[in-house]
Amino acid sequence: MIVRGKVFKYGDNVDTDVIIPARYLNTSDPKVLASHCMEDIDPSFASGVKEGDIMVARNNFGCGSSREHAPIAIKASGIACVIAASFARIFYRNAINIGLAILECPAAAENIEAGDQIAIDFDSGVIQNLTKNQEYQAQPFPPFIKSIIEQNGLLNAIQDGGYKNE
Amino acid sequence: MGMTMTQKILADHAGLPMVTAGQLINAKVDFVLGNDITGPVAIQEFKRSGFTEVFDPQKIALVMDHFAPNKDIKAAEQCQMCRGFAGEMQLQHFYDVGEMGIEHALLPEKGLVASGELIIGADSHTCTYGALGAFSTGVGSTDMAAAMATGQIWFKVPPAIQFVLTGKPQPYVSGKDVILHIIGMLGVDGALYQSMEFTGSGLGHLTMDDRLAMANMAIEAGAKNGIFEVDDVTREYMKGRVQREYKVYKADADAEYSRVIPIDLSAIEPTVAFPHLPDNVRTPKDFGDIPIDQVVIGSCTNGRLSDIKTAADILKGRKVAKNVRTIVIPATQAIYKEAMKLGYLETLIDAGCAISTPTCGPCLGGHMGILAPGERCVATTNRNFVGRMGHTQSEVYLASPAIAAASAVTGKLTAPSQLKEVSK
Ligand code: SF4
Repeated sequence: MIVRGKVFKYGDNVDTDVIIPARYLNTSDPKVLASHCMEDIDPSFASGVKEGDIMVARNNFGCGSSREHAPIAIKASGIACVIAASFARIFYRNAINIGLAILECPAAAENIEAGDQIAIDFDSGVIQNLTKNQEYQAQPFPPFIKSIIEQNGLLNAIQDGGYKNE
Repeated sequence: MGMTMTQKILADHAGLPMVTAGQLINAKVDFVLGNDITGPVAIQEFKRSGFTEVFDPQKIALVMDHFAPNKDIKAAEQCQMCRGFAGEMQLQHFYDVGEMGIEHALLPEKGLVASGELIIGADSHTCTYGALGAFSTGVGSTDMAAAMATGQIWFKVPPAIQFVLTGKPQPYVSGKDVILHIIGMLGVDGALYQSMEFTGSGLGHLTMDDRLAMANMAIEAGAKNGIFEVDDVTREYMKGRVQREYKVYKADADAEYSRVIPIDLSAIEPTVAFPHLPDNVRTPKDFGDIPIDQVVIGSCTNGRLSDIKTAADILKGRKVAKNVRTIVIPATQAIYKEAMKLGYLETLIDAGCAISTPTCGPCLGGHMGILAPGERCVATTNRNFVGRMGHTQSEVYLASPAIAAASAVTGKLTAPSQLKEVSK
């Protein structure tokens, strides 16, 4: 599968309190959450993002609370994939478990800038920067995690008779 | 090759003789936790996926602590959903207003978590129970739903950093100062995906409340869990609380660590994390002049009895500064009652503090003490991210109860040693 979109770029340690501030946690409605996504560091994000766009950040993306509202808000806003140099571990789990595509790729995090056009091939893990004419190789998912994503999230995988664990 | 404490617990719960860092496993959970924010998402997912039964109604807790007592109608609806689910599934551990406390203070206090157990919670500070020698870690709501349904969860076995503690902390240096010092050293992603294992002769000088505050903030260095070697202090704490057999794990002598870091507790100074990250630490000589508007003493990090006592000892016979709203939130009902019996609450009220029923409240900018633009708060909580306690232009300084209380007296960020006796 290939996705193609415009980049929203952020820095180190983007925490779950800025992805979706706690004052909006009195709801779990994805649409409402998406309408407040990133508003404390980028008030124009929610209105500017289009289906298929890509979020790129540096280290430790998604640190802070365990709120699944964070990947839900990003997914519901239309973002097709988050690329970061590294992810906070609970965010990493949550994204996989709800089916938000994420890729770890320090080179991409370093070189991609806001507004770049990016194409991602999930099968090969190759990220193409169409604006800068560069290519970066992301770490592919281990087979076990791929099987959860392919079955459209953890709960579906369990209901379908379990998931493969080497 | 040997295993770390964490790896031994994971291996046992996965039914494997041995695990190594990086291995993906499926492990049995001993206890599952959710709250009024993460619970509703988990419940919706649980139902949407067609599950009708939980794996064990005795082994799941739902704690209404974040926006409870309900701060608004939507929050009330979230608690309502949790209450309904708890009734339907006959959950034995549903804690509502009147008996609830902040989850990570409540579960150890009630003996629901113990040494050697594997606990997951849909809350990042679930790592707190590592203070008891348990493996506990925060997960998301989907993980919680899956664990409620199956009693199992997938993990990637973490490598570990070992901290060898020696020496005795100086007066007014608490577990909070030690962990802030360590986070300052490692950085907020310094232990990413890893375990932090605490051992060494210095452990004996750390009370259970110190250890709970330290394990609580392991996540603030990015760690998967923080875990303490079990000793007499742990056993004493669990006595009378934990009514079942528990297991004690010790790391193998030849366990492999990614780093071994010696920490001399006697060399650690009172430590505060300045805005806007927990690793932005400073000691009193570098505090500068930071006038404040609010003090919060509470949370799952520092809302325990010894924390309230420390604050009361410092505020006894003193007054909080004019225009510094000082909010004290005992973390559980039992702590509240004990603090009342021992006279701490009266001392604090006489000094000009407001006392609240247990709640997370201001810690996550929910209610009970939200900050306006430009306001500063010294808080005994664990996060000082942008906007954490209110407006994005407000600031949170993370500190021990001693520093929070001293700051309340002077109206600016102050270490207890900087308090002048004349103000008594
Ligand atoms: S007190 Fe704060 S950090 Fe602890 S569980 Fe509540 S909101 Fe989370």
